[in-house]
Formats: sequence, structure tokens, C-alpha cells
Amino acid sequence: MSWIFIPFKIIGSYTHRFIRELGKMGCFIAVSLFWIVFPPYLIQRVIKQINFIGVKTTPVIVLTGSFTGMVLALQTYYALAKFGAESSLGPVVALSLIRELGPVISALMVTGCAGSALTAEIGIMRITEQIDALDAMALNPYKYLITPNILAGVLSLPLLNAIFVVLGVFGGYAISVGLMDLSSGTYFQGIRDFIKTQDILEGLYKSLSFGFLITWISCYKGYFTGYGAEGVSKATIQSVVLSSVLILIWDYFMTSIMIL
Amino acid sequence: MIKVVDLCKSFKGHEVLSGVNLTIAGGYSTALIGGSGQGKSILLKHIIGLLRPDKGKVLIDNQDISKLRRRPLKQLKERFGIVFQGGALFDSLTVFDNVAFPLREKTRLKEPVIRDKVLHELSRVGLSGAEKKYPSEISGGMKKRVALARCLIMNPEIVLFDEPTAGLDPLIGKAIHRMIWECQKSCKFTAIIVTHEIPAIFSIVDSIAMLYNGKIIFTGTPEEIKVSKDPVVHQFIHGELEGPISLK
Repeated sequence: MSWIFIPFKIIGSYTHRFIRELGKMGCFIAVSLFWIVFPPYLIQRVIKQINFIGVKTTPVIVLTGSFTGMVLALQTYYALAKFGAESSLGPVVALSLIRELGPVISALMVTGCAGSALTAEIGIMRITEQIDALDAMALNPYKYLITPNILAGVLSLPLLNAIFVVLGVFGGYAISVGLMDLSSGTYFQGIRDFIKTQDILEGLYKSLSFGFLITWISCYKGYFTGYGAEGVSKATIQSVVLSSVLILIWDYFMTSIMIL
Repeated sequence: MIKVVDLCKSFKGHEVLSGVNLTIAGGYSTALIGGSGQGKSILLKHIIGLLRPDKGKVLIDNQDISKLRRRPLKQLKERFGIVFQGGALFDSLTVFDNVAFPLREKTRLKEPVIRDKVLHELSRVGLSGAEKKYPSEISGGMKKRVALARCLIMNPEIVLFDEPTAGLDPLIGKAIHRMIWECQKSCKFTAIIVTHEIPAIFSIVDSIAMLYNGKIIFTGTPEEIKVSKDPVVHQFIHGELEGPISLK
């Protein structure tokens, strides 16, 4: 009869592991947030991490932003032309970029560039006992390693998103005006008429939350990495996959909340 | 004084320490010996408060380290220094910055004062001229000496060494041993040295403790361990293949 219970045992074991992992992640972020609030404030570390997460990802954001805007304009132009609505190309491109594509794609780029590097860096620090060394020196590893990254992520993502959106809009402009002979005035006037502050705020809230999400998961996976090079490699993969999936899921929930 | 009382620790159901009792007198050096995987480094991490025991306690001057709250624990940790097996140097920092790190993070000393202290400490461990190198550019022996300099710069009262000569050639190993001995005698800190360097370690420590099957089975002076009649101790320090210790 015991074989009947095997599926339940497997489901139970996975559920147990999942809940335990969630709890561990919850505790990790609670301790990190506690240390964000309480002094000492490591401003220089935060600036250093903004350089690491924000500045070093900028070239990728510049490239992806421009090309996303260009391809969006190209695809949308032909769809709108069928209904004779080419004049709406500017607002459609801008709205898509500001509300969805900007925050999501810039977050995915940061996950691939900085998130993976963060996990690997903290993971290597863990396996080479550098985190233990910090602890042994009576320096709080959360305060020294985790909180500057979370703050840097939350501050960098909106700025990267802004760069992405601006370059995307200009990429779309290059295609619309340069290739499709749409007038410059039509493109920008449409954007001015249709884009509301609420749209910009929606993009801002999204990128803020994505910055938090990416640094939380990247730091967590690195901090609790497995043993050896294989452990760090697995942690890095898990960090990128989990961050990317959660960005898309969280994006859906934020959109549905803000659209209501 | 450091006192370990009935310390137990398990990892994923495997009991590594099963009732360790050990007393280490302040100001003296003690070698902690035992086979690989017997839990020597685990015991060291309990002593400095990096791990919490499942059962038992670690008393530092009669204060139970596992029961201390955040601030007193921080104050207690400031009395410690540790030299990790691989050095645990911060690989993104130069040798100079690694040694200066505790001073920059924990004191308000001005940069010229920090510079003088770091250069003095580096010359003490024979590393003058290596300030600008990164950990990846120096040898294993140099890494251990940088780690020793980083540890000693805060003048700790208790210094823990986790296999300070592992992976080094005999000459460098001997030089590190002598350096530890000289530093311990001049600074009068309490030293606990986890090591496999037998019998070389006997000449630089005041006492020896041997860990076997999760328990301390011997404590005494180097002279006493050499004449110990305990078959496990005898087999281990003489490196004999036949005896009660089974090779897994």
C-alpha cells in the first residue's frame, strides 16, 4: 500500500522545500531592509555599486533601447497603415516603451549583466571565506555587501529605464521619419498629446520594483550559494532564471493593479 | 580564557562534533590536531561565533558566545583575529588595501597613520614592496602572510589560525611557523592553531589538543603527547597506517 503515498510524499517534499526557501528569502530581505534603515550608512559603497550595476550596464541599455524602438516602429507602422492610422505611430511606440517594454527589457538586461555578476561575486566571496572574514572582523556582511547592492539596484533601474525609453523613442523616430516618411511633427505631437504623467509613473514604479527584485534575488542566491565552482555556477543560473521569470510575473500583477 | 563545554554540532544529520570539552589558557598557544574532516575548522568557527552550536557552549572569559546579543557579540568579535586556510583575502583589493581594510572600516584613523601602520605590519611579515599587488598575483605563502598582517593590525587578544601552512613548501611553512611564534611571543595573544604539521608544530606551541570522532581525546604539552600511550594519539602523531584509526 505504501506506493500509493509516494506521489504525496514527493509533492509534500517539494512543497516543504519551496515554503522553506520562501521563508529563507523573506528572512534575508527582512534583515537586509533592517540594515538599510539603521546606521552606519555606507554611501561610498552604494556609489560604487551604482557604478557596477548602473554605469556598466548603460552600453547594453543604449543598444537594446535604440533597436527595440526601431523594430517597434517598423512593425507597428505596417499594422497601423492597414487602418490608415500611421499618425498614431509616435504615441504607440512611446506608450509601449514607457509602460511595458522599457521597464521590462531594461530589467532583463540588468539581470543578465549585473545580476549574474552580483551572484557570482557574492558566491565566490562565500566559498573563499571572504564573507566569514568580514563577519570575523565584526563587520556585518548584510550591511557591507547586501544593502549597498539593493539601494544601488533601486536607484539605478529607473535611470536605466529612462535611458532605454528615450533612446527607444528616438530609434522609433529614426525609422518613422527617416524610412517611412512620417513627419517629425506628427510623431512628436502624438506623443505629447497621448502620454500622461500616470504612464510615466507606471514605468517608474515598475522599474523601482524590478531593481529591488533583481538585487534581492541575485544577492540571496550568491549569499547562500552551494559548494565550489559548481555551486556558484548553479546559483548564478538560478539567479538569472528566477529574476527573469519573476520580473515577467510581477510585471503582469503591477499592470493589472495599475490599470484598474 | 576560552572554555568549550559539551559542544555538539551536526550538518544534515551527520554529527561532526559530539560533546567537545576544551579549556585554553589566555596568552598561550595551543595546537588543535586531528584527522581531516574531524571538525577542527568547525570548532574554530564556533569559538569565533561564526557558527552556533546545536548543544553546549563556548565561553570566552565566562561569557557564552552563542547567547550574546548583537552589540556585545560585536564587541567580543573585535577581540578576535582569524587567519583562514586560504587567506580569505578580498580579491578586488590590493595587498595594501586588504591590510588597511579593518582600520579603514573600524577606526577613524587618518590615511597617513593607516599607511604607516600597514607598511609596518607588512614589513613585520616580510612583505615590503608587495603593497600594490593583488591576491591573484602573489603566492600561497605570501597570501597567508598578508592574512596574518591583516589579522594582527587590529592587535587582537585571541588569534585563530586555520591550517596556516597548508599547501606550502617546508621552508615557507617553517618560516610561517616562526613568524606565528614570534608574533605570539611579542604580542602575547592567545593562539589556537589548527594544523596537520606534526611534529613541526610541537616546537612552537605551549599545548596540544587532539580531536577524534567529534571529541577531544588528548590535551597536554608537546612533551606529553610525544610519550602518550593512547593508541589513537600514538598512531596519529607517528603517521602509522596500522592502528585504531581506520583510513576511509
